[in-house]
Amino acid sequence: MEDKIIQVKHLAKKFGTFDAVKDVSFTVYKGDVFGFLGPNGAGKSTTIRCMLSLIKPDAGHIQLFGKTLDTHRSQILARTGCIIEKPDFYKYLSAFTNLSLSSRISGGSTSRKEIMEILDFVGLAGREKHLVGGFSHGMKQRLGIAQALLHNPDLIVLDEPTTGLDPQGIIEIRNLILRLRDQQQKTILLSSHLLSEIEIIANRMVIINKGESVVEGEVSTLLNSEEMVVSIEVDKPLEAQILISTHFSHVLPSVKIAQDTLTMNIKKAEIASLNQLLTSQGISVFAIQSKRKLEDYFINMINEHALS
Amino acid sequence: MLLASTYNEFIKITAKPRSYLGLGAITILVGVILFALKVDGLSMISFVTTSFEQTLTFQGNLLNGNLVAFIILQMLIIHIPLLVALVTGDLVSGEAASGAIRILLTKPISRTQVLLSKFIAGGVYTLCMIIWLGLMSVLIGRVLFGQGDLMVLNSDGLVILKENDISWRYLGGFAVAYLALLTVSTLSICLSCFTENSIGPIVTTMAIIILFTIIGTLDVRFFDQIRPYLFTTHMAAWRSYFEVPLPTAQITKSIFILLGHQVVLISIAIIKFNTKDITS
Repeated sequence: MEDKIIQVKHLAKKFGTFDAVKDVSFTVYKGDVFGFLGPNGAGKSTTIRCMLSLIKPDAGHIQLFGKTLDTHRSQILARTGCIIEKPDFYKYLSAFTNLSLSSRISGGSTSRKEIMEILDFVGLAGREKHLVGGFSHGMKQRLGIAQALLHNPDLIVLDEPTTGLDPQGIIEIRNLILRLRDQQQKTILLSSHLLSEIEIIANRMVIINKGESVVEGEVSTLLNSEEMVVSIEVDKPLEAQILISTHFSHVLPSVKIAQDTLTMNIKKAEIASLNQLLTSQGISVFAIQSKRKLEDYFINMINEHALS
Repeated sequence: MLLASTYNEFIKITAKPRSYLGLGAITILVGVILFALKVDGLSMISFVTTSFEQTLTFQGNLLNGNLVAFIILQMLIIHIPLLVALVTGDLVSGEAASGAIRILLTKPISRTQVLLSKFIAGGVYTLCMIIWLGLMSVLIGRVLFGQGDLMVLNSDGLVILKENDISWRYLGGFAVAYLALLTVSTLSICLSCFTENSIGPIVTTMAIIILFTIIGTLDVRFFDQIRPYLFTTHMAAWRSYFEVPLPTAQITKSIFILLGHQVVLISIAIIKFNTKDITS
């Protein structure tokens, strides 16, 4: 069971009449950097808050380290470090004092030396005596990660850790997460609304939308699925469509024509053959553009969400 | 873990500038009253002594440190709740408003322990306030105005307490006044569990004190039933220590009612805090 670090099954939570989470399920295994992907308002933060006992779910089942929060809350949280959205500290206290407060109630004792090492690890060495009120957003995020690492947890939950950061800050936090993965072999759940971020960092992921999990699996599998959405710009689109119907009949149902461009769902391996066929029959191919179905799907999902 | 969390709460309280507002305000208020009494105290107390002069002869230092401390306590005990609520009303809601509570409640410490540590820290802060008030009024009053018998005017008439019979009464009076302020502290922390802004509990605490005080003073038969059970009725119980004979039963009743309020308020707060969704 220890192999499964997080198990969420059919989680649901309502706020009044609003379904924040309707049916979310996923599993995170030991050593995973797990992407928790979804547009803003999809229910990511509510799910994470349920996992960390900040919010009581209405239905469903959550297990961390094979144990439920109802019966083993302290043991679970002693092995978990987290940042929930933007990390908010006591602004009138220094970075060091903030971490001291956290360490004191984190279950184990962290020495001054260890706190300084963690501050160094997140790039805040020399800032320990500075009041957090004067920190930039990026510095607070890094202090948030330091706070999450204080008690050397097995699981780290990072909820939108790069939100509000400038490009440089995003790269810094991303590198920090990669160092955690590579140097400390932590299991990490990373929530984000950016597919590109998940693609770079995570090995497994789940996509949720409107409070429901949509798809879960290996990032490499999901993002490099055989079938792709391909757009081909040609000089004779109707002749090209006839050729496709003859030689790639299984693709025909998905073919759409807009001006000189044909769009279709086709396997990656077939793209070269199709190009060869079209050019060999005297059809000029000006451009071939491919998109992964998941990416297309995720962008559509975000657009739908924005419209709604 | 409770000890560690309580220690954290002390660190937070001592680091917050607003924690010193109360102590500063007491210092200024007591300073102003001491100055006023030093300048024109005798004419002020003549309002009381004049009415008795036909039947009694007053000798010695009437305006002494003991009387000054009594006047200060009587004047300020109404205002100290605001200074207490200013800090204690912010202990939970202030952290909810700032978002710091998210980090706090994802640590392996139970919510009940987190809340109890805030009650303890709030209680210690209130104790500091009352001790400061005691030091400022009794000690500085005695230094500036000297010792002497205490003349107290209450509903039964004028009571003269001997100089050597006063210190223990102040100790008892301050202890009961502390219990009353602790009830205010408990109320504001309890209210703090219901909201996510820091002003709300402070204002609501004061509104409740004002409302209960009005109910306590209105001569309406309907309110007679509830008046004895309002904590505000017992906020003046410290005065009982300056009566002769000492109304022990009345003091004991006040202590139990104040403690009862605290138990109920802490229980409500624990239930609310444990079932609260942290959405901030």
